[in-house]
Amino acid sequence: MIEAAGLHKSFGDTHALRGLDLSADEGTILGVLGPNGAGKTTAVRVLTTLSRPDAGRASVAGIDVLRHPDEARRRIGVAGQYASLDELLTGRENLRMIGRLYRLDPDTAARRTDELIERFELTDAADRPVRTYSGGMRRRLDLGAALISQPPVIFLDEPTTGLDPKGRLGMWELIADLARGGTTLLMTTQYLEEADRLADDIAVIDHGRVIARGTADALKRQVGGERLEVTLSEASSVADAERVLATIGEGAPHADAEARRVSVAITTHDSILTRAIRELDAAGVHVDDIGFRRPTLDEVFLSLTGRPAEETPEPVEVPA
Amino acid sequence: MSWWLRDSWQMINRNLIHIRRTPELLLDVTLTPVMFVLLFSLVFGGAITIPGVDYTSYLMAGIFVQTIAFAGVYTSVLLANDLKNGMIDRFRSLPISQSSVLVGRTVTDLMRALLAVAIMWVVGLLVGFRPEGGLVASVAAIALMLLFGFALSWIGVAAGSLVRTPEALQGIIFAVVFPLTFVSSAFVDPASMPDWLGWFAERQPMTLVIDAVRNLTLTGEPGPAFVPALLWSVVPLLIFFPLGFWAYNRRTTQ
Repeated sequence: MIEAAGLHKSFGDTHALRGLDLSADEGTILGVLGPNGAGKTTAVRVLTTLSRPDAGRASVAGIDVLRHPDEARRRIGVAGQYASLDELLTGRENLRMIGRLYRLDPDTAARRTDELIERFELTDAADRPVRTYSGGMRRRLDLGAALISQPPVIFLDEPTTGLDPKGRLGMWELIADLARGGTTLLMTTQYLEEADRLADDIAVIDHGRVIARGTADALKRQVGGERLEVTLSEASSVADAERVLATIGEGAPHADAEARRVSVAITTHDSILTRAIRELDAAGVHVDDIGFRRPTLDEVFLSLTGRPAEETPEPVEVPA
Repeated sequence: MSWWLRDSWQMINRNLIHIRRTPELLLDVTLTPVMFVLLFSLVFGGAITIPGVDYTSYLMAGIFVQTIAFAGVYTSVLLANDLKNGMIDRFRSLPISQSSVLVGRTVTDLMRALLAVAIMWVVGLLVGFRPEGGLVASVAAIALMLLFGFALSWIGVAAGSLVRTPEALQGIIFAVVFPLTFVSSAFVDPASMPDWLGWFAERQPMTLVIDAVRNLTLTGEPGPAFVPALLWSVVPLLIFFPLGFWAYNRRTTQ
């Protein structure tokens, strides 16, 4: 449903995209993960007809985006940071206007508007200007705008950036709901948890290129398997714990003295926990917490790029 | 064509809602010109004499065209705002005739200009404006100024598409349009200016439009400035209509 191949795009000396490939099957969520400035937004702008790439191909729902932008626009909904809402219009007026611009007749536009307002719990605010909305309400209305013509493909650009935890959870439910209903979604995010939670497939991009792709599980496996992790009561026993874990797991243990944490890669669960507890105790090491842990997507990103996902501060991507 | 009209109407409707929600957006075409009429007519009117004509009647054409010029180029600020706040990106992601965005904008600004003329006309009548040229000539005068304003709106479309920040435009507009309205026949006879300045003032487009409007409203005759004034409206429109589209498309497809 979504295909991009070999996309290149430069703004002056900045190479936003350098041969980006993406694809998403019908009814799935593709998570595009990367730090600020990685090229996520530029990729979405190309796929949504807002920007023309210097090279490459892009198609959405079988329509060549570059050759038939108008046809493509009929089949997509866009929500996110850049395609915004009118601050002075009410939520209802915004949705109706966008519905009418999608060429819905007045009755259908009004009916869809009412449905979406109710579904996204905006009934009380529907007749207030959008500038009075909270961040969460805005995002919901924005998503409503993307859905008004019931397009088969939706693009969400950082749908939860700036939302509080409650607002974020609410958005996640709405997004998961959409995919269950058969909509194909492409969602950019810089939150690994978000991609992990929602995306069927994840493309990790950095410097305008996909550096890894697969399911969250596959990406985690790529970094390494499971680990046994121990949190110690006293920092002074880190060295002892390292010695013990080296005999239990595979390879050298990894120690974080400041966090009083020591971990080691393991290949089996068999009697590992009991052995570890017994031997640590025998070595006089007091343990606060012990357990198996699989790598987070944060660690995936770190191992792929050599830096954490959210380290880089906002270098604003060229918006237009 | 019918979709184009409907899309344009949606854009105009949006702009009209803006005006309804924030009436202060209309101050530049309501309060400001009324203030100018009153200030010049009541404060300067006694001190400035133009031979053969009552000063208030002389003045009105100048204030009409000044207000319309400002309202016209102000299109650039409103468009630049929409470009900045992401509304244009929203519109570009929709299957609409993209020209409707610009047509909606410039037509709304034409309506603003018409409102300004109506208000000033009434206030002018109250303080002594006597348009003795008759109805047909008055309508022709209004049509000429609106055409001039519409052309300036399209210059505004090009300008608004080229700049990065709406704030920068405000300064440029003030620095360009304000002196042009004063170095014209709007408030005084250019013959009273130093020779070199008067030479420019008599020939610049604002003076030509003002003189044509003044002739039509006061005497009913188009006068010698009418044809040049019409050209100064039609030619820029023919140039900037396509140029505005071009600049806008270039800006929004980067």
